[in-house]
Amino acid sequence: MNWTWFHRFASPPHMYRLARRLTPWFAWPAAVLIVVALYGGLVLAPPDYQQGEGFRMIYVHAPTAWMSLMVYTTMAFAAAVGLIWRMKVAHAAAAACAPIGASFTFAALVTGSLYGEPMWGTWWEWDPRLTSELILFFLYLGYMGLRGAIEDTQRADRTSAVLAVVGVVNVPIIHYSVTWWNSLHQAPSVMRLGKPTLSGAMLWPLLAMLLAFTLLFVALLLVRLRAEILARERNASWLREELAA
Amino acid sequence: MTPRQRRLTLVIGIIAGVSIAGTLALSAFRRNVTFFFDPSQVVAGQVPAGEHFRLGGMVTQGSLKRAPGSLEVQFVVTDFSHNVPVSYTGVLPDLFREGAGVVAHGHLGPDGTFIADEVLAKHDEKYMPPEVARSLKRRHGESRTETEPGASAPAGATAPAAAPAAAATPSTSP
Repeated sequence: MNWTWFHRFASPPHMYRLARRLTPWFAWPAAVLIVVALYGGLVLAPPDYQQGEGFRMIYVHAPTAWMSLMVYTTMAFAAAVGLIWRMKVAHAAAAACAPIGASFTFAALVTGSLYGEPMWGTWWEWDPRLTSELILFFLYLGYMGLRGAIEDTQRADRTSAVLAVVGVVNVPIIHYSVTWWNSLHQAPSVMRLGKPTLSGAMLWPLLAMLLAFTLLFVALLLVRLRAEILARERNASWLREELAA
Repeated sequence: MTPRQRRLTLVIGIIAGVSIAGTLALSAFRRNVTFFFDPSQVVAGQVPAGEHFRLGGMVTQGSLKRAPGSLEVQFVVTDFSHNVPVSYTGVLPDLFREGAGVVAHGHLGPDGTFIADEVLAKHDEKYMPPEVARSLKRRHGESRTETEPGASAPAGATAPAAAPAAAATPSTSP
């Protein structure tokens, strides 16, 4: 099997140019789809029979919570690839993921709190789902803090990659926390075996928002990856030629 | 083994090791991780006596009684195998419904009544427009009192979600 396509990803100049070329292809669809999904969720979708209009919080809360897990999984995967194949670009991608994932996690926690007060009657409870999601937030912060604390880039890459890989254990815990233990948080409505428990007019804006946030994540990742590569390769000759051109 | 294969084994080993450690730790702390006890556990005496804890389950249909002129309410929490009566003084959350999930924090009184100091509503994972809920209610409405106790609700968190009849038919129309 020919692996040149894979090895090209390991080349910083190639990835730098590829990221620059691909960014608009993700950013623009993300922007359009966020507007469409927001309109679908806030205007077109009918109110819920129990929660009324307040249930529309789900259109921001659930996708950000999914993204917090998806970004962490991506980050841990990139970190593992960086560890195993000694691939600098993979470490750069993992480093680029962290602030995006932390932001999604923070948004999920805040919107969840705002959602919990009117529905459950509490801003915060030490519920397994809520607590494990908070741990995910601290994992992101710990990863970024660890990176920042080590000056040598290569050592920072390897040390923080181990933390990212270890932390991936928390991802299934968060997902299954509502099934394994008694929890105030309800079971999954979409990420479950069998059909989603939302009716169609409520479901499509949610899926559209998830797709929109995924595209947004890729666009942000590509931008941040370029910044990471620029910082790491600041003395490289290819970069001087690139910027001179 | 090449160095790369060694690193691959190491990474897989780390994930496997941490997973096993996590599984062992979480099963050892099962009781602490659990957010609430269900009525079966309370009736079986698995709850430490005299301690404050959370009780979770479904509010039995028709069990809600309000004392006139005060905020005192009484209702029964069930997991479809055991019942625990609850008394509470305060404002109930908007989503508090007979036939829907609830989590109450408090302690057991001498007569076996759970005296709650906080009541939270636990909604299920089903979302639907009011019209759909109404037509479902029309179709299931009359037979639900018979089907409800028959619903094989396993103990624990799944109990509220495992009663589709109760979940699909709201006790109060919005």
